[in-house]
Amino acid sequence: MSEHAIEAVGLRRTYRSRTGWLRPQRREVEAVRGVDLTVGNGELFGLLGPNGAGKTTTIKMLNTLLVPSGGSARICGYDVVTRTREVRRRIGYVFGGDRGLYDRLSARDNLRYFAELYGVPGREQRRRIGELLELVRLDGRDDDRVEGYSRGMRQRLHIARGLLHRPRVLFLDEPSIGVDPVAARELRQTVADLAATGTTVLLTTHYMAEADELCGRIAVIANGRIQALGTPAELRRHADGRRVLEVEAYGVTDRQLAAIRTLPGVREASMDVVGAAQVLGVQSDAGYDVQADVLRALDGVRLGRVTARQPTLEDAYVAIVNRVAEERPIEAVAA
Amino acid sequence: MLAVGALLHAKQLSRSPFEITTALIVPVVQATLAVYLFRAGGEPGRLLEAAVGAGLMGVWSSVLFGSGGAIQNQRWLGTLEMIMLAPRPPALVVLPITLATALTGTYAMVATLVWGRLLYGIPLDFARPLLFAVAVPGCILGLGMFGLLLASTFVLLRNANALTNTLEYPIWLVSGMLVPITALPAWTGPVAAVLPTTWGARAVREAATGSGPVWPSLGICLAISLACLALGALMMTHVERRARAAATLALA
Repeated sequence: MSEHAIEAVGLRRTYRSRTGWLRPQRREVEAVRGVDLTVGNGELFGLLGPNGAGKTTTIKMLNTLLVPSGGSARICGYDVVTRTREVRRRIGYVFGGDRGLYDRLSARDNLRYFAELYGVPGREQRRRIGELLELVRLDGRDDDRVEGYSRGMRQRLHIARGLLHRPRVLFLDEPSIGVDPVAARELRQTVADLAATGTTVLLTTHYMAEADELCGRIAVIANGRIQALGTPAELRRHADGRRVLEVEAYGVTDRQLAAIRTLPGVREASMDVVGAAQVLGVQSDAGYDVQADVLRALDGVRLGRVTARQPTLEDAYVAIVNRVAEERPIEAVAA
Repeated sequence: MLAVGALLHAKQLSRSPFEITTALIVPVVQATLAVYLFRAGGEPGRLLEAAVGAGLMGVWSSVLFGSGGAIQNQRWLGTLEMIMLAPRPPALVVLPITLATALTGTYAMVATLVWGRLLYGIPLDFARPLLFAVAVPGCILGLGMFGLLLASTFVLLRNANALTNTLEYPIWLVSGMLVPITALPAWTGPVAAVLPTTWGARAVREAATGSGPVWPSLGICLAISLACLALGALMMTHVERRARAAATLALA
C-alpha cells in the first residue's frame, strides 16, 4: 500500500476558451497554479477557499475528471493521468447540490445502475445497496422517485452512491451546500464515521465550523495556490496577536468600509449581510483598541450590537484569504 | 451491465413529460406526412411502404436525438461526469444510453403504423410478417450501435444539439427512408451506401413489401453498424480523454 492516499506535486490547470468566429478571442484562465499536497491513508483533510479559488478544479484533477495542465498527482500510488482506471476503482466522488442523479428513477434504481457501472458483483449488490440506504437513512423511501426528494435526501443519496464500491479515497466537494442545519449535522456524522473506518476523505467546504470539527488538517487555497496548511489549531495562529470587533450596522457604505481599513492598528475589515443587517468584522492588532475609531468612522450609521472577541478559525481563514486578495488569477486575452 | 443500463436509461427516458408528449405527436405528424406525400405522388397503393418509412424516420430521430440529446441531458443532470468516472471503458458506459434510445425508438415505429391504420386506414398487410418482426429490431439495434459513433462527438461538444438538428433530415433523406434513393442525385449514392440507416431501411421495407431478399440488406446494416460500434468505441476512448483535457464533461 502506498504511504500516501493522495499526493500532488506542482499541480496546475489552465482553462482555455474561444469566443467569436470572425474575430476569435482566446481566453486563458489559470485556475490552479501549482498545488503541492499529501494526504495520508485514513486522514480527513479539508480544502478551504473562496469561490473560484481552485478547490473544485483541484479535486477534479485528483479524481481524473480533468487532465492537469502541469505537475503530477497520484492516488493510492497510481498516476491520475496514466493509470486512470486504477485510480477510479479506488475513489468515490460526491458533490453538493441537486444535480448528479437520475431524477425520474428511484434511489434504489440509481444505486443499482451505479453499482453496475462500478462493477459491484451482482450477488453483492442487493445487500450493499440495502446497507447504504440504511446508512444514509433513506430506507423506506428507496422506491420513491428522486425528483420528490428534499436536498438533504439527495445529498445523502449522493453519499451512498459514492460509497457503493467501498472506495479508499472519498472526494467530498461542498457536500453540505444548501442543506439545512439538522441534515448538515447528520452529514458531518456520516463523514466522521467514514473516516473512523479508515476511508481517506478530502473535503471542500465553505463552512469553517464543519472543517474545524471534522478535519485533522486543512489547506487554505486562494488564487490557485495553497496559502496555508496545518491543523485547525495551527491555522488559527494566523490570527494570533489579533482581536476581533464585530459591529451590527444598517447602511455602511463602501467608502466607510475603506476608511476603516486604513485606521491605525486595523489588519482586516470585512462585511457580511445577515438578513436586513450588515455585520462588520474588524480584525486589529491585539495592542490596539480600535473600537472608538471604528464607531467614529461609522458616524451617522444606525448601529446594533457591538462585540469584541478572540479570533476563530474563520478569522484566521479571512486573514489568509485577504492577504492574497490583491492577487488576481492570471488571465490572458489574445486575438 | 449493458442490459441493466439500457433498461434503466429507457425507464428514465420514458418518464420524461417532454418525451411522452413528443412520442404522442411526432408519429401522427410523420404518418400524415408520408400518406399525403405518397397520395400526391399518385402512388396510393404504396401506403404501407410510406407508413414503414415514416416509422423508420421516427426510429432515426429517436436514435439521433437520443444519442445527442441523452448525452446533453446527462450533462444537464450532472450525471455525465459521474458515469464517465466509472472504471469502465467509456464506450461501455455510453452504449446502454444509445441502446435505450433505440429501444424507445421502437415505439415510434409501432405508433406510426398504428396511427396510419387508425387515421388513414392503411392496411397492415406485411408481405413477410416474421421477417418484418426480425428486421425491425435488427435495424434498431444497428442504429443503436451507429448512435455510439455519434455519441462520441456529443461527449466532446457542449453544444451537441446544433449537430443533431443538422443531421436529422439529411440522413433520412439520403437513406431512402421515405423517398427512393433512385430519385436522389447520383452523388448521394456513395454516401447512402456507407450509412447503416440505408440498409436497415431497405431491409425493413423489403420485409414489409416483399420487394427483395431481407437478409442481405439486414446483414450489411449490421456489419456496417458493428464497424461503427468498433470505431465508436475507439473514438469514445480518445474523445473522453480530449473532453477531460478540454473540460467539456461538465456543463460549465
